[in-house]
Amino acid sequence: MSATSDPDLLTVADSCLVLSHRLSEWMSNAPTMEEDIALGNIALDLLGQARGLLQVLGDEDELAYLRGPQEFRNALMCELPNGDFALTLLRLFFVSAWLESVWPALVTSSSAPDVRGVAEKAIKENAYHLRHASTWVIRLGDGTDESHRRMTEALDALWPYRGDFATSGWYDRIEPVLATATLTTPDRDAWTQRSSGDGWHTEHLGYLLAEMQSLARAHPGAKW
Amino acid sequence: MPQPEGERRDSWPLWEVFLRSRNGLHHQHVGSVHAVDAEMAIENARDVYTRRGEAISIWVVPSASIIASDPADKDELFEPALSKVYRHPTFYEVPDGVSNI
Repeated sequence: MSATSDPDLLTVADSCLVLSHRLSEWMSNAPTMEEDIALGNIALDLLGQARGLLQVLGDEDELAYLRGPQEFRNALMCELPNGDFALTLLRLFFVSAWLESVWPALVTSSSAPDVRGVAEKAIKENAYHLRHASTWVIRLGDGTDESHRRMTEALDALWPYRGDFATSGWYDRIEPVLATATLTTPDRDAWTQRSSGDGWHTEHLGYLLAEMQSLARAHPGAKW
Repeated sequence: MPQPEGERRDSWPLWEVFLRSRNGLHHQHVGSVHAVDAEMAIENARDVYTRRGEAISIWVVPSASIIASDPADKDELFEPALSKVYRHPTFYEVPDGVSNI
């Protein structure tokens, strides 16, 4: 499934849900208390966006907690393990740069008022995510030798998973930031993974879902 | 020997955070954040102190730029005002409907 201007709702919802879970794994482990809260805020924004779309698509709890990995349609990059802080923030930057074009497209193309409502709210939230992530990419890329090395390694690790986002608009969005961060953008034409649309994933999603879904599966229908 | 806050290499500089909750009000001090630069200070202040819609404007100021009065001077600075009740606006009625006074 390629990134298009008219994105599949389930792809967007699952990408937000899975990335939200990855960011929530940083809670109590971020480099500073301030960043811990920042990542938590972003995770909650993404969770809210995912919920809004899943509610349109069906029963949000069933969709989030009772589907297996093969039924998820998230962009592959979202499910990769967090790695270090550099990889987490570069991944957030890449995904946010994709969502920057996704949400406005949903506002104009979707016939469902609920989807348009989610998308209009998400545009502002995503603008902040993109800003926060890009400032960190620049700060670490153009920082110390150690932070530059880590950002370079993160870029090498994530580049083969950009396939779900790889439009010319996405490249045009990210390349100036990478240049400011003194990072060398790899070749646009380099080989890339991409989610197939029929449930092909990396080996990491199953573990993520096992943790995310364990409570709901152990106690079906449980209420607070 | 401990160094002053903001000069330690193992800690980011401290910034004081001021929020304005709506037009017409002044910025009020709400706390502080650590950040390496002004841009990060604004973002951290946003993330830590405006989660519940508390603000429409944020100021951040390097804590090292705050000049504070000496607590030991509090008698000579503040005590004299206590005996001057005529400075308080208690000798006229505030009309109903006037807020934020």
